[in-house]
Amino acid sequence: MDFIRNLGASTINYVSGMGNMALFLIKTLIYGFTPPLKVINLLKQIRFIGTQSIFLIALIGAFTGMVLSLQGYYTLNKVGSVAFLGPMVALSIIKELGPVLAGLMVTARAGSAITAEIGIMRISNQIDAIEMMGLNPFRYLVVPVFFAGIISLPLLTQIFDLIGIFGGYLVGVKMLGVGSGTYLGEIPNYLDMNDVLEGLYKSISFGVIISWVSCYKGYYTGTSGYGAEGVSKATTQSVVLSSAMILIWDYFMTALLF
Amino acid sequence: MKKFDLELAVGVFVLAGIVCLAYLSVKLAKMEIIGGDRYEVYAIFSDIGGLKEGSSVVIAGVEVGRVKSITIEDYEAKVVLSLSTDVILQEDSIATIKTRGLIGEKYLSITPGGSEEIIKPGGQIRETSPPVDYEDLISKYIFGEV
Repeated sequence: MDFIRNLGASTINYVSGMGNMALFLIKTLIYGFTPPLKVINLLKQIRFIGTQSIFLIALIGAFTGMVLSLQGYYTLNKVGSVAFLGPMVALSIIKELGPVLAGLMVTARAGSAITAEIGIMRISNQIDAIEMMGLNPFRYLVVPVFFAGIISLPLLTQIFDLIGIFGGYLVGVKMLGVGSGTYLGEIPNYLDMNDVLEGLYKSISFGVIISWVSCYKGYYTGTSGYGAEGVSKATTQSVVLSSAMILIWDYFMTALLF
Repeated sequence: MKKFDLELAVGVFVLAGIVCLAYLSVKLAKMEIIGGDRYEVYAIFSDIGGLKEGSSVVIAGVEVGRVKSITIEDYEAKVVLSLSTDVILQEDSIATIKTRGLIGEKYLSITPGGSEEIIKPGGQIRETSPPVDYEDLISKYIFGEV
């Protein structure tokens, strides 16, 4: 009997949690698309999510391209078609690795910080204080992060893509001796505008996922534990959930749309 | 000053992202921004064997345009080409579908003719030849019908 009751309780918890998350997104969208928009907060969040992530994204992008080039050369060399190294690196980075890895890096760097920040505001009653002043915490905290995510992620992904392709160039051309013209010149033959757009759409949706999940988890800190423990739990959950959602959503987006 | 720094930081980031996007789309994914100085001609093929919209059109190996659309007309393929205006085609030019390497993608190669007449925008390249069917060729070779 207890077992069945537990099962029922956790199912209700789970479903209401999902409903809560959906409502959170709808609320964010409603406040987001009605004025006023807090532009300074938005700029601050873009600086935090975007500008301050550039170095990390560039580093990860360069090494991703370099290792892809190295591995790709090894494989392509076996079938004697090293000429396809450029298209292989470019296509896999632009369509798949760029959006996903940039998304995961932003989750780890910015998503966790946003959850922790909003979570601490929650447990120290700062969010209640904002409400008491008659201000809307959504407009001040959530909406700027939401739009900053949507704006920053696609841009970071493009930076990642380009640096990745040139990282691959560095290894493929300078180290392994593929012709410079072969590497760069073959890319336009196999890369379409649709591939670039696919990466762009993916990264925009990942931006939504990251800002949505990390704000939601921060905003409802305290439901899974109180005080410092609650914040640490919320941060962990936010990183795990965003990363898992990015990878799962990535599969469905690739399968359904393209 | 503080606010100025914030705007500068965001501006630099957005600019960097847009420059990367522009490079990827224009340079690598061949997005055409200027479409003005181009004209179209078409050619009828009995078989296009894997030619696609966006495939390149070359003369002497140099890219001069792209395949704009492929439709079917009277059970034959009508291929519309978009060429840059500084390319002049003679009436007896020959359009051939070729393959980059053995397993590479298909492209359309134009061999210039010697006629005085030129093909006007919207005109037709009359001389065409379908791609070489390697499977057919190999089976002929194996079964000795060459």
